[in-house]
Amino acid sequence: MTVSERPAATATPARTRRRVPPWRNPWRRPYVLAAITWAYILWSLVPVLIAIQFSFNDGRSRSTWQGFSRQWYCCNEGSVFEDPSMFHSLRNSLILGIATVIVATPLGVALAMGLTRWRSRASAVANGISLVPLVTPEIVVGSALYLVVVNLYQFVPLGRPAMLLGHVTFTVSYVLVIVRSRLLSIGGEYEEAARDLGANSMQAIRTILLPLLTPAVFASAMIVFATSLDDFVVSQFLFGSADNETVPILLYNAVRAAPTPALNALASILLVGSFLALILAYLVLRARRRGSDESALESLADWG
Amino acid sequence: MPDPVSEKAPTKAPDHDRATRRLWPALALPGTLWLIALFVVPFYAVMSVAFSGQINIFNEPLPAWNPLNWEWSTFGTVLQDSFTPSGAYHEVWVRTAIYSFWALVICVTIGYPVAYYTARLAGKRRGLILALVLAPWWINYITRMLAWVNLLQDDGYVNKVLGLVGIPAHSWLSGSSFTVVWALAYGYLPYFIIPLFASLDRIDQRLLEASRDLGIGSVRTFLHVTLPLSRLGLITALVITALPMAGDYYTNTIVSGSPNTNMVGNQIELFLLEGPQKNIGASLVLVLSLVLMFFMFYYLILTQRASREATR
Repeated sequence: MTVSERPAATATPARTRRRVPPWRNPWRRPYVLAAITWAYILWSLVPVLIAIQFSFNDGRSRSTWQGFSRQWYCCNEGSVFEDPSMFHSLRNSLILGIATVIVATPLGVALAMGLTRWRSRASAVANGISLVPLVTPEIVVGSALYLVVVNLYQFVPLGRPAMLLGHVTFTVSYVLVIVRSRLLSIGGEYEEAARDLGANSMQAIRTILLPLLTPAVFASAMIVFATSLDDFVVSQFLFGSADNETVPILLYNAVRAAPTPALNALASILLVGSFLALILAYLVLRARRRGSDESALESLADWG
Repeated sequence: MPDPVSEKAPTKAPDHDRATRRLWPALALPGTLWLIALFVVPFYAVMSVAFSGQINIFNEPLPAWNPLNWEWSTFGTVLQDSFTPSGAYHEVWVRTAIYSFWALVICVTIGYPVAYYTARLAGKRRGLILALVLAPWWINYITRMLAWVNLLQDDGYVNKVLGLVGIPAHSWLSGSSFTVVWALAYGYLPYFIIPLFASLDRIDQRLLEASRDLGIGSVRTFLHVTLPLSRLGLITALVITALPMAGDYYTNTIVSGSPNTNMVGNQIELFLLEGPQKNIGASLVLVLSLVLMFFMFYYLILTQRASREATR
């Protein structure tokens, strides 16, 4: 350090401290914003944690803690796995989620590849149509599907088939958005190289494009699964009869009746299911991006 | 077997090119057909039911698939009942607007600082804070409402905590507009924060530093630099939140259950799923879609103008 710098370095902070009021000092620590953010995090998560806590309550109450027990999960009368309607709803949700992944993922991946690489006026129109479901309120999607299934596609019964059609319709756009962003970042050079080396288009897709897309395809499959598991509105318009209730529908109908902590247990199982799917998606994306947690989280955020 | 030399040439062999040109539309076809059959056609079905002039033996409207048979009487009545002060659905529309407005005000007041802090100031803990802020987004909406129903019961934790400071117990869950507005804000805040976070995250730090170096304080830097740069993100967040909120019916059913807090969504659900007058339900869906489309177009115009300015 040189001699001329020393007095300046000691004098400047002293002057700043004396003259600048705290709200004018740009280097002040953002305590207020930090407090708001942490308060929001607590406000948004603590109620859910308390609800999970009450799923382990050793009594029928959902508002007074009576000790720890696992009786509402398994093997007692009225527990999730013994109550026929709850167990049924869990099975319905799982089957529907898996079926939605199986149909929506290939459909969405093919759509993404087609729309990204095919340049024409028709593709622009198809592109527009495929993004509208993302911004359409669920009640409009749900009621429109309900009316078309009841009045026109009468060969589709309300219940699991109709719910599958509905879930695929609004999840295809998620797959499209995720896979397309990956396709755009890959660019067309690898396929062109493959074709210059003598591969035909199908071979180029199978040996070059699909392996490159695998993480995005897997992540979108997991997001489709979690979205289908969590959907309430579209399912409620299309489920038809009580046999086909999914977990969210059962939760909605039971919350105003006289619920036991088994309802909290069911909600907790649903939560674990969708979080497992997301953690898998996150881990695959992170492995892909060589350990950058934040960019993986941010891409999950961007795909909302 | 194609000649390897022609394969390497910059203009590809016509055969090869034609096959590729057919491949991409073929890949896009199933998804496009699916969306036409299950998104475009269903919307047409809503119109056919809303404009139906005949009923079947169950008193349910018979959809008028041919536009020439469309009758406007039901839709006209619904439109009139929605927007004249004495109309049957007027109160519900006004309530939807008021609830959505206040819930959005809460979203901006809480969501903007949270998104700003997470995007720009969180520092070393950014990953953790982002994960925690994103978490409620992936918790089932009904579960999050259920959690509050537990807390807000007459003998729940909220009343117990209020009792400790001497505030008498309040019955939160029996038709309180206050509860519904806060429940809406609580439910939709995660959807509000995420697009705003993305836009605040993209602001160039150097612009804020330049503003500081020119001697401008934090408040004026925020008003003249950060806020205008995040305007589009803020509008996106508002639109993304307002669209589902305007069609919400489950939030107020769960936390209130009283007809005094019914929104448009409740009327739609009632007419479509629980009664024969599906043409009224379908008309309400159309009116709602028209109102929301107005906001969508406004949003699209804004984003296009913004991208044009960015490329200029």
